Amino acid sequence: MAGSVDTEGFKEHHPAHHFKDADHEFFTVKNGMWLFMLQEILFFAPLFVAYFTFKFIYFEDFQYSAAKLDWKLGAVNTVILIVSSFTVVRAVVAAQRGNNEGLIENLIYTIICGFGFMIVKAIEYSSKIADGVLPGAWMNNAALVEAAPQAPLFYSLYFMMTGLHALHVAVGIGLFAWLLLKAKRRELGPKYYTPLEMTGLYWHFVDLVWIYLFPLLYLVG
Amino acid sequence: MHHSPEGTTYLNYPKGLMSWLVTLDHKRIGMMYLASVLFFFFVGGVFALTIRLELFTPEQNLLTADQYNQAFTYHGVIMVFLVIIPMIPAAIGNFVLPLMLGAKDVAFPRMNLASYYIFVAASVMAVATMFFGGVDTGWTFYTPYSTQTQTATTLMLCAAFVAGFSSIFTGLNFMATVHKLRAPGQGWGQLPLFVWAIYATSVIQVLATPVLGLTLALVALERVAGVGIFDPALGGDPVLFQHFFWFYSHPAVYIMILPAMGVINEVIPVFSRKPIFGYKAMAAAIFGIALVAFAVWGHHMFTSGQTALVNMLFSLITMFVAVPTGIKVFSWIATMYKGSIHFDAPMIYAFAFLFVFVIGGLTGVVLATLGADIHFHDTYYVVAHFHYVMVGGTLFGFMAGLHYWWPKFFGKMFNSFLAKLSAVLILIGFNVTFFPQFILGIQGMPRRYWSYIPEFTALNQLSTIGSFVIALGFFLALGYLTHSFFFGKKAGSNPWRALTLEWESESPPPLENFRFDPVVTHGPYEFKGERV
Repeated sequence: MAGSVDTEGFKEHHPAHHFKDADHEFFTVKNGMWLFMLQEILFFAPLFVAYFTFKFIYFEDFQYSAAKLDWKLGAVNTVILIVSSFTVVRAVVAAQRGNNEGLIENLIYTIICGFGFMIVKAIEYSSKIADGVLPGAWMNNAALVEAAPQAPLFYSLYFMMTGLHALHVAVGIGLFAWLLLKAKRRELGPKYYTPLEMTGLYWHFVDLVWIYLFPLLYLVG
Repeated sequence: MHHSPEGTTYLNYPKGLMSWLVTLDHKRIGMMYLASVLFFFFVGGVFALTIRLELFTPEQNLLTADQYNQAFTYHGVIMVFLVIIPMIPAAIGNFVLPLMLGAKDVAFPRMNLASYYIFVAASVMAVATMFFGGVDTGWTFYTPYSTQTQTATTLMLCAAFVAGFSSIFTGLNFMATVHKLRAPGQGWGQLPLFVWAIYATSVIQVLATPVLGLTLALVALERVAGVGIFDPALGGDPVLFQHFFWFYSHPAVYIMILPAMGVINEVIPVFSRKPIFGYKAMAAAIFGIALVAFAVWGHHMFTSGQTALVNMLFSLITMFVAVPTGIKVFSWIATMYKGSIHFDAPMIYAFAFLFVFVIGGLTGVVLATLGADIHFHDTYYVVAHFHYVMVGGTLFGFMAGLHYWWPKFFGKMFNSFLAKLSAVLILIGFNVTFFPQFILGIQGMPRRYWSYIPEFTALNQLSTIGSFVIALGFFLALGYLTHSFFFGKKAGSNPWRALTLEWESESPPPLENFRFDPVVTHGPYEFKGERV
């Protein structure tokens, strides 16, 4: 392994003044990142609790509304996100081994996956909007409301949960674009790849949220 | 590695206004928080006095009913979100915590500065609502009123949402700092209890605040987009809002009180010249309170239609809070027992804290009792109770901390006599203001009304007089502290002869805190052979 590591040609990183050394900085940042994800879980929590509460109260209506979602598009997005989690790991490994081309390649794959996810999401949203299936007071689909009076509430939760998740995906795409820029400047190498590792952790978290959202909204029932 | 020139302090090196505005130094950020918090304390205080003036007689004195609703809303929102919550952790904690750990800064200095500016943005938004029709929901934003009122509630919700992220980032920062930046020799068992308290507070901030953030976002979305989660007309449930809100806002009560307990933990051993009684029990009690905090939110909802079983469980769990709290109070008293007690201003505030906080705590147990709470719910008894805890607890703890660390902040001493006088004035004024409110509550005076039946006049007038005594006490404090800031006697590095690390550095400390690499060789409270 050691022989394959190319430490040459990368920009040197100086740890901030209040850290003992680069490792101290790396593990402190990682610690902070885990804490950040802890707060992220709690940030999503009320939406999940609200979903369970209303599913419990309006079981039939929620089942009926959920069946109107296109599980195939949801499944495509699940595959896209899992693949992108894999390419992120490959990017981190490439950086650790000093393989800058591999790093750039995998960052690009990841960004493509991110956009792919957003495009599928856009297709889903626009078909719903075309049918007048909108959240809460905006619901404009008489047939659906007739069959399931609480469908507006279901779609409120659907749009807010997937919307908040999509917002996280968008932020992730932005971060990867920033990392791509850094990689092109050869700033991410075996000695310093902290922002890459942290964005990777974030991306896995975003992936994981979807892993819960997909069965909860599209599959159950 | 220690860059700041000899003889400079964090206050004067580097120089210039710009160096302050973009500073990454935790001490400067702490002082910027302190200035902001004190400013908003003044604003919130003016609202409080306005409320008390209106209540001086049952007739309409100076506010219309709508204006009164807005006045108590602003008093509540400003005091809770912009004063009491950031008061000790973000202002004092920011300054003291890294010093106590022997660190050069917090773990993420840039995030720390961002927290401050996020806080400023939230404050600006909160103040801006006054020019867009005001807010009249109370600080609790209860639905369905908050989703229907035509006031500037959406902007205020956004302000509280944004303020929440400032709080989360500060908590996250402090946790990582305690995890990773402790001095050599400083294990968890050598941490000053103030650090334990700030740490437990941070845990709550990171775990509870996001729930509030999203909940307030849902209310805002309800107002602008009609998503219906809390709107019965769309199948939603307003009581769900109360659950979400109190899931944050009850732990938030401990965000307010734990740091104050942390300050008292430092002050009492130093001014008794004795090791703290039961260090481990004290640390455990802090965490016990933080833990139980997450399982008691339902006691705000005894009258909101929970089942009897749920009410009973929340009542029972709420009473458990009294156990770790009791451990702390008795340990403080045991620390003072046979100590060599010095009555300086911080210690006077610590005594005031103990006296007032115990009343606040015990009346909390009364309110946790189901049958009693049905009677006391939404009366002045509740108002008196939480002011005894928030003002008597947090604010007195803050004042103890402000006087205790003032020499470290600015390197100057204050006029000891005036400080004691002001502390006594505030203590007397406080009790004159709020003790009558217990009686008014028991007699059934409801909160949040601009008027009352004539029988309540005498006690209300007493309460109003008390509030002006408090104001007098604080103006006196403003006077001698301002004087000390400019003309105070030099403090020296350790005027109180304390043993925690921040006192080993100069007063005020230089940039990067220490001119040497601090090593911890003794516990924070190992006072030896000093008894007089």
